[in-house]
Amino acid sequence: MGLFDKIKKGLQKTSDAVSRSLDAVFAGFVTIDDDLLEELEEALILSDVGAANAAKIVMEVERRAQRQNVTSALELRYVLKDTLLDMMLDNQPLDVSGKPAVVLVIGVNGVGKTTSIGKLAARYVGEGKKVMLAAADTFRAAAADQLEIWAKRAGADIVRHGEGADPAAVVFDSISAAKARGSDVIIIDTAGRLHNKANLMNELAKIDRVIARELPDASRETLLVLDATTGQNAVHQAEEFNKVAALTGIVLTKLDGTAKGGIVIAISAGLGVPVKLVGVGEGLDDLVDFDRSAFLEAVLPPLEGGIS
Amino acid sequence: MAFEGLTEKISSAFKGLRSKGRLTEADVKDAMREIRMALLEADVNFKVAKDFIKAVTEKATDAEILDSLSPAQQVIKIVNEELIALLGGQTTRLTIAPNPPTIVMMVGLQGAGKTTNCAKLAGLLRKQQQRRPLLVACDVYRPAAIDQLKVVGRQLDITVFDEGQGDPVEIAKHGIDHAKRNGYDLVFLDTAGRLHIDEKLMDELKNIKAAVTPTEIILVVDAMTGQDAVTVSQTFDQALGINGVLMSKMDGDARGGAALSVKAVTGKPIKFIGTGEKLGDIEPFHPDRMASRILGMGDVLTLIEKA
Ligand SMILES: Nc1nc2c(ncn2[C@@H]2O[C@H](COP(=O)(O)OP(=O)(O)OP(=O)(O)O)[C@@H](O)[C@H]2O)c(=O)[nH]1
Ligand SMILES: Nc1nc2c(ncn2[C@@H]2O[C@H](COP(=O)(O)OP(=O)(O)OP(=O)(O)O)[C@@H](O)[C@H]2O)c(=O)[nH]1
Ligand SMILES: [Mg+2]
Ligand SMILES: [Mg+2]
Repeated sequence: MGLFDKIKKGLQKTSDAVSRSLDAVFAGFVTIDDDLLEELEEALILSDVGAANAAKIVMEVERRAQRQNVTSALELRYVLKDTLLDMMLDNQPLDVSGKPAVVLVIGVNGVGKTTSIGKLAARYVGEGKKVMLAAADTFRAAAADQLEIWAKRAGADIVRHGEGADPAAVVFDSISAAKARGSDVIIIDTAGRLHNKANLMNELAKIDRVIARELPDASRETLLVLDATTGQNAVHQAEEFNKVAALTGIVLTKLDGTAKGGIVIAISAGLGVPVKLVGVGEGLDDLVDFDRSAFLEAVLPPLEGGIS
Repeated sequence: MAFEGLTEKISSAFKGLRSKGRLTEADVKDAMREIRMALLEADVNFKVAKDFIKAVTEKATDAEILDSLSPAQQVIKIVNEELIALLGGQTTRLTIAPNPPTIVMMVGLQGAGKTTNCAKLAGLLRKQQQRRPLLVACDVYRPAAIDQLKVVGRQLDITVFDEGQGDPVEIAKHGIDHAKRNGYDLVFLDTAGRLHIDEKLMDELKNIKAAVTPTEIILVVDAMTGQDAVTVSQTFDQALGINGVLMSKMDGDARGGAALSVKAVTGKPIKFIGTGEKLGDIEPFHPDRMASRILGMGDVLTLIEKA
């Protein structure tokens, strides 16, 4: 199943999914008036794009509608889709071309870092790559055990130290081991940390420096994992993590649950960090490349027999 | 940065009110618009925010208030008081069963903080009320979930009952039997994270409930949750009849508007907050502190005094 189908499946289960509330807005009106625009703004806020973003989007939609002489509510639906498409960054796949390539995975507690790493490892192993996982979450109870189970499922190697060990030392060792064994990709699991905790953020900066020092020429991805259920705080998370380790992409998890995903738009449009991967379940293959058109198709599917 | 801007907005709305000797209905409505924006940026559910603003505006535009000696002070007070009331008014405790053991079932979305916080709660009640807690490992799905519970149990020196990857309903039953036989008077069931839309797994929770009749079902909600908090908590409540809520990850800088949404739609009290990853990081919930936090002010009360 592609992203489109998975999200659509999720949307069907959620009665107040953004697509449905947006469709209700467009179905409720024939012409474009203030009430329609207000309801559109409400629907966008309910999908977690944020109040300020919602106002901005509606203003832009209105401006385009005037310029293009769009007068019917149905046509406005397509104006909205185009507007959102233009606001989101282009699709960008992960770059793991170097050998070894390094993927550093970071984020706040419980968002889905370890699970996403398991899925990503499975993908690369499936492509014939030799994958090394680094269990640099030495803090959370049984974090390394959890990663080890994923390593087995995916068919990846793992480097782990004891509980409470220095995470930077785990990273250092995993890089040495990867060099020795000729691994293609190193994926580093880190402990969940809240972005307002300076000491934990410094620890992350240290990990970042170890990678830069040990593998100065490696292709690097630094992925921030965000839970799609998160509200406006996600934007703040992205800003703060970006300060200690330059982000190259976002992994948006649990999109199978809320299927609102308005935060995708807030992040992609507002932060300039592309969403690269999307988590749509707890299984090994529930990770797909983000595709903004497919995402918008799922949110605003083409109407049956309708105009386009 | 987004947050400081918001705080400024709110205080400027309040300042706007303070600078006027007399208030008109329009003045109040302007201020309410700012407060509504603040609530939305704090992730209070859109519909909840709308109802709240409506109720407060009605009270605040009452002639008696507008004509009073310090109308601005009155309006601000109303906003704060209504928010506190909506958040439940006072601190609510965990119910203890008249006949032991007290059974607490922890439920919620994936990664919300169930496992960590059931250990924290067990530790807290052992210390405060000299209870003998037992943790029961009913999450048979998540990789290393049982190991995780065992580790936190060991850290607190609290016994963990597990039967490996068996049937969660049977494990719950056996866990309760084990507690009864061995004199544990407080049992926590750590269930697997699940989506509210996953019917099969929601049925599993219903079956556990039917099998062991928990004293309390606690929904664990991440303080960072957005607009969906309403649907999630409503669905869990409708399926299970939850007794209360634990808000986790309050040590972050999220405004925690989800708290208001959850309370408003389920009517169930928020009983505890999780304030860190360490096993002592748990506190009772205080509605007044939460109100200040959602409004984005360190201390709303000082503002009221200054008004
Ligand atoms: N439904 C759903 N659940 C997910 C998804 N990704 C992860 N999860 C679940 O979310 C929970 C947390 O996932 P983890 O991978 O442990 O999260 P983490 O970020 O590593 O957590 P910490 O290391 O504790 O900070 C687990 O129960 C996962 O099964 C997803 O895309 N969809
Ligand atoms: N900062 C902070 N982290 C917390 C808090 N409560 C839990 N966590 C962290 O959040 C992450 C997820 O917590 P868990 O207890 O594993 O959550 P869960 O609901 O059991 O997750 P699943 O079983 O996968 O559904 C872990 O990294 C915890 O350490 C809290 O109050 N503050
Ligand atoms: Mg992890
Ligand atoms: Mg758990």
